[in-house]
Amino acid sequence: MGDLKLMKGNEAIAEAAIRAGVDAYFGYPITPQSEIIEYLMAEKPHERTGMVVLQAESEVAAINMVYGAAGTGKKAMTSSSSPGISLKMEGISYLAGAELPAVIVNVVRGGPGLGTIQPSQADYFQATKGGGHGDYRMIVLAPASVQEMSDFVSLAFDLAFKYNNPVMILSDGVIGQMMEKVDLKDSVARWTDEEVKENSPWATVGKTKDRERNIITSLDLDPSHQEKHNEKLLLKYADITKNETRIEKIDCDDAEYLFVAYGSSARIAQKAIQLARAKGIKVGLLRPITLYPYPSEMVAKMADQVKGILAVEMSAGQMVEDVRLAVEGKVKVEHYGRVGGIIHSPQEVLEALEKKIIGG
Amino acid sequence: MRDEILKELVQPDNLVYSKTELMTDKTLSYCPGCGHGTAHRITMEVIEELGLWEDTIGIAPVGCSVLAYEFMNIDMQQAAHGRAPAVATAIKRCWPDKIVFTYQGDGDLAAIGTAETLHAINRGENIVIIFVNNGIYGMTGGQMAPTTLLGMKSSTSPYGRDEATMGNPLKITELISQLPGAYFVTRQAVHTPATVRKTKKAIRMAFQNQMDKKGGVSFVEIVSNCNSGWKMTPVQSNQWLIENMLPFYPLGDIKINGEFINK
Ligand SMILES: Cc1ncc(C[n+]2csc(CCOP(=O)(O)OP(=O)(O)O)c2C)c(N)n1
Ligand code: SF4
Repeated sequence: MGDLKLMKGNEAIAEAAIRAGVDAYFGYPITPQSEIIEYLMAEKPHERTGMVVLQAESEVAAINMVYGAAGTGKKAMTSSSSPGISLKMEGISYLAGAELPAVIVNVVRGGPGLGTIQPSQADYFQATKGGGHGDYRMIVLAPASVQEMSDFVSLAFDLAFKYNNPVMILSDGVIGQMMEKVDLKDSVARWTDEEVKENSPWATVGKTKDRERNIITSLDLDPSHQEKHNEKLLLKYADITKNETRIEKIDCDDAEYLFVAYGSSARIAQKAIQLARAKGIKVGLLRPITLYPYPSEMVAKMADQVKGILAVEMSAGQMVEDVRLAVEGKVKVEHYGRVGGIIHSPQEVLEALEKKIIGG
Repeated sequence: MRDEILKELVQPDNLVYSKTELMTDKTLSYCPGCGHGTAHRITMEVIEELGLWEDTIGIAPVGCSVLAYEFMNIDMQQAAHGRAPAVATAIKRCWPDKIVFTYQGDGDLAAIGTAETLHAINRGENIVIIFVNNGIYGMTGGQMAPTTLLGMKSSTSPYGRDEATMGNPLKITELISQLPGAYFVTRQAVHTPATVRKTKKAIRMAFQNQMDKKGGVSFVEIVSNCNSGWKMTPVQSNQWLIENMLPFYPLGDIKINGEFINK
């Protein structure tokens, strides 16, 4: 049995990391996610589980520490918010290129630039379309509750090690800061040194005479090799798409209209569904849990059932592009969302549905 | 064929030198005459002589030595430009009983990676940093480095480094020696047999410090040449190094066992 606690989303991530047997966390403070490193420092995970927690000199250093720790075959993670995630992008590209497992948490705030410390979902493109340089993909998980903030830490590590790929937990200031009941999972022990070597036979652990040396690199100066490497990555991403696409369907069975929303916007859309149904409007919600791979098939299927789709996200319209790609013009697809750190209300979301989809 | 000829030539009685097993047979990617190859070899010899080869993890930088992992026969990780000290920090923290070192050029360590260098040393990470200072960006074709001497020509200071607009050459080694986390700081060279021997001794002390878990970073600067970037023959470049680099970057120990050497 786990145990029930009332926690902030950020604290839930930190506690879940300790319980998931994470070996190392490297981070740099930035609002609205500093509680993650603060919680970790206060909890002394070094004493609880032997986990390394280090405040780095920058997000650049932190992600490169993650890169180093991941290269040793251990479970390493970092967290930040939008401007800090921008700084991590080169390192994330290296992780993807060198095929290292690692977890990156982004508790998104409003931008561009220094922007605002208020919540936003405007980093969708950066998370799902690359962000850093080169052809690579991160698996992107979008928690919509404090419970999922906790649950997705171990899920993220499972996926990272299954595919030797970086995984991002794309959250936002709402989920990071709000307090909810969370059922914490039981602790699992950190891998022993022997388990690390067994689970990650490619890791830098010191070369013994009985094997070739292990090299962690993303470099290949020969373009024909580099092309092969890229092709291998593409096959891996196809596998990930086939096996790991996750979505939640809410009130979809009789739906005539559809919201597509992830994270905190999905929570707001759920409330908007109640308001709509009270007025007799039959609307449902598709909530992508993985943003990469994107649940395009499910969205396409629903497009055969409903009369119109509203993508709800706290951005100027980013995920809506993936909805449109999936729907292929079968029904009308519009976007609604407040920007710059303003959180839309359920009433505003309902009004947008009525105006842009039902009336429009 | 080659092996047979070698077997015939290399008889125990005329064998005066053998390559350490910790250097692979791969042909070095360095220009003939470049100091990187010597710096690699003596580093690997020290690791072998100290019996550390099963326990050592090296970090290759971005620079001419980006392919160090092709030549050093140990587990290695290639780091993003300038970030080797951050990568090393994490590896050492994750495997505290392993021996961890970075091998970095001056652009990598003293320009783009200044923050990582300074902070890894300031935290007193128990690692070795081998810093090859050739006063130029070799890999990208001879551009100005933070260590480029005043008046020295490079492809981005074609009329010579100008103090007013380009700043002064950075003595990063003296700078970091001020930090309590710098346990052993020395500046050496590899342009003559005598300096190679001294440098090897310094590298041995650096690794010995880490083995003994002495607190802090052991930092070995190697003033080296870049004959290609300097547009000289290897011999000319070594002469130029003696006449120009060494007066500005004087050789010798700066700090031993955490204490400054008073000269
Ligand atoms: C982020 C980033 N910026 C720039 C480069 C290009 N680059 C590669 S090596 C290098 C300079 C290396 O010079 P130095 O560290 O002095 O090493 P050397 O080649 O002289 O041994 C630069 C600027 C890069 N690879 N990555
Ligand atoms: S370019 Fe300069 S530093 Fe690079 S291998 Fe050639 S001589 Fe050495």
